Amino acid sequence: MELSTYQILWYLVIGFLITGYTILDGFDLGVGSLHLLAKGDTNRRVFLNAIGPVWDGNEVWLVVLIGATFAGFPNVYATVLSGFYNLIMLFIFALMFRAAAIEFRSKRESKTWRKTWDIVFAVMSMYLAFSYGLVLGNFVQGIPFNAEGEYVGTFARFFTPYPLIVGLTSFSLLFMHGCIYLLMKTEGEIHDWLRRWLKPSICFFIFSYVLLTVSTLYYAPAMMDRMKEFPVLFVFPVITFICVFMIYYQSTHDRDGWAFVFSSLSITSLFILFGLGTFPNLVHSSLDPNFNLTVYNSSSTAKTLGILLTIVLIGVPMVLAYGYWIYYIFRGKVKLDHTSY
Amino acid sequence: MDALILSRIQFALNIAFHFIYPPLSIGIGVFLVIMEGLYLKTKDRKYQQLTKFWVKIFGLTFALGVSTGLVQVFAFGTNWARYSRFVGDVFGSALAFEGIFAFFLEAGFLGVLLFGWNKVKPSVHFLSTICVCLGAHFSAVWIIVVNSWMQTPAGYKIIGEGENARAVVTDIWQVIFNPSSVDRLVHVLIACWTAGAFFVLSVAAYYLLKKKHEEMAHKMVKIALPFAFVVLIMQLFSGDSSAKLVAKYQPAKLAAFEGVFETKPYTPISVAGWVDMENEKVYGLKIPAGLSLLTYHNPKTPVTGLDKFPKEEWPNVRVVFQTYHIMIAVWGLMFLISLIAMFYFWKGKLQEKRWLLWAMVFSVVLPQIAMQAGWFSAEMGRQPWVVYNLLKTASGVTKSLAPVQVISSITMFLFIYILLFALFIFLLDRKIKHGPVDDDEEEARVYSDPYHT
Repeated sequence: MELSTYQILWYLVIGFLITGYTILDGFDLGVGSLHLLAKGDTNRRVFLNAIGPVWDGNEVWLVVLIGATFAGFPNVYATVLSGFYNLIMLFIFALMFRAAAIEFRSKRESKTWRKTWDIVFAVMSMYLAFSYGLVLGNFVQGIPFNAEGEYVGTFARFFTPYPLIVGLTSFSLLFMHGCIYLLMKTEGEIHDWLRRWLKPSICFFIFSYVLLTVSTLYYAPAMMDRMKEFPVLFVFPVITFICVFMIYYQSTHDRDGWAFVFSSLSITSLFILFGLGTFPNLVHSSLDPNFNLTVYNSSSTAKTLGILLTIVLIGVPMVLAYGYWIYYIFRGKVKLDHTSY
Repeated sequence: MDALILSRIQFALNIAFHFIYPPLSIGIGVFLVIMEGLYLKTKDRKYQQLTKFWVKIFGLTFALGVSTGLVQVFAFGTNWARYSRFVGDVFGSALAFEGIFAFFLEAGFLGVLLFGWNKVKPSVHFLSTICVCLGAHFSAVWIIVVNSWMQTPAGYKIIGEGENARAVVTDIWQVIFNPSSVDRLVHVLIACWTAGAFFVLSVAAYYLLKKKHEEMAHKMVKIALPFAFVVLIMQLFSGDSSAKLVAKYQPAKLAAFEGVFETKPYTPISVAGWVDMENEKVYGLKIPAGLSLLTYHNPKTPVTGLDKFPKEEWPNVRVVFQTYHIMIAVWGLMFLISLIAMFYFWKGKLQEKRWLLWAMVFSVVLPQIAMQAGWFSAEMGRQPWVVYNLLKTASGVTKSLAPVQVISSITMFLFIYILLFALFIFLLDRKIKHGPVDDDEEEARVYSDPYHT
């Protein structure tokens, strides 16, 4: 196989990982964003325990995603993480603080203790859901980095309107996604209560998605170039809308599992759109297109990519198989017992 | 201070804090397998109770390991962009191995280990315990492999020049089995097992002192004490072999370990001492020809001294010397404690020796001190290189970094680490005081709800 084939395959692996991470840790962050809306300690514990056995594993997807970028596209890893230094540090801070909140919240029975950690858990989840989009928005918009891949912009540059709108979209998407996940994992009163939150959360997402589409046309029209070239690709934005409609349809017909499937599909089709708009760029320099880091100029060697793909080919089916088995063990509605958070 | 030294401080802070937890997970992981294995074999419910108790502590150390470990995967890119570009191709494969075969395995099955007691069959639960323990060990494998590659690079070639130079793989097996990886892996894993054993012993000794859960405590001592004793002896051989390796591949590091400034026959070894950098001398207790004997089994063979290297390529001799000797001294102390404890345990008089039990309670910090000191000496002994003889640490740092950015992130890390450590100690203390309680009692203990009481 040629080097470019390896590069594209590894690009697809990264695409798979980022989609997987967003679907999985996405509902964790969504649950966290909804956390403070739940009333009473038991309901909040139901929320926490809905993600209890799986959030750790979901976060591993992030570690693997970053590791896979380091492995396959070291230049992208180095440029992005050093360029986004302050944002990354805030992101890490929020992740750690949030993990601490999940672990420690239910360990004491004091009201103040639990309320404090509830707030930490919720605020950090909301921030993470938002800043995830903020980072992706900056990818689309372009980052000021020079020929050596070193960032030359200011911190304020990350907070321009377009990335903020992408941040809003990712927040609304994960909020809705988390709500659907919780519907799947709860029963009784709390289930009915969540059902009332679903419609506003879907509307919120549709609003921000439309806003995002309009502002992409305005701020980053290049994202549309490939679709103009191959109009058949317009099927993906349409799929996203169909998925959102299906979420509503399925959940009103008491099929929460299917609603979750469609929510995950809408996330997938959004990432496909992202890839279609940016390929072959991984990050593009807002200073000079010659500095762009593309799939073709920033990867590891064919030898290393070959080894990586072999590992993935052997490992991923195993990971998916026992991952599925673990979700299967913890299927069904949340029941609190002495092992719960 | 410039961004370079600040970035080094930040990296040391991150890695040192992280390095408290994974060794505990690895060590306790082994004990979980032993205890649950004994339960399945003997059907003695006490062993199940013990396993459940240690699973809870394992969960705590694991959670801290994950959240502090998350930092590491970002840390190379944020502060060491040039280094990341240089090593990316070589580290790639190892990272992929680690992600797929270690992290996913560990984190996936942890859910079953913690929450699956009533959801899966005992044998399936045991299998999950084994998977988690294996996952913990695998993650040590790959991280030690890449670190060893930085000490003794092999199986690579350099392409590009100057700022664009980078190492690429020519032979992946040589990268994985580079000259130091197996020795260093064994050394680290034994240290992790020691950390686990002393943790178990510390808790057991505490129960014996407080006359609580005494039967459980005896079971723990019976497993952990001989285990600690054996692994400490193994560490002696592993340490000897590692030091010989350093003599062969990183002579400047060994010279710094022992403060050898001059290359001459009958090189002495220091038991303890003080390095005088101005006069290039070491004062203290020395055994003549000791280092020559240990390294080459011949008192006449000189050990390469720092005089063979230009001064700008010397590591910080004072720190490397002291951390290395602290590691060895602490090993001696641990060995002494385990030897005395073995003697009294065999005599059946361990419980009467309260001073010894107190020593065991506090000796939980000893493996931690030895590991931190050993790691500092290994890493600082490699300086000024980040990849030995290929890339200097000073060239690896991100150029666009402003000192204020790193100061802010160090402050943030310090804040969160202090918080996390305080919570870790607090929750550990609660779990230990709660103890390996009776199953029925546990089932009956309903979580009280502060909002409804």
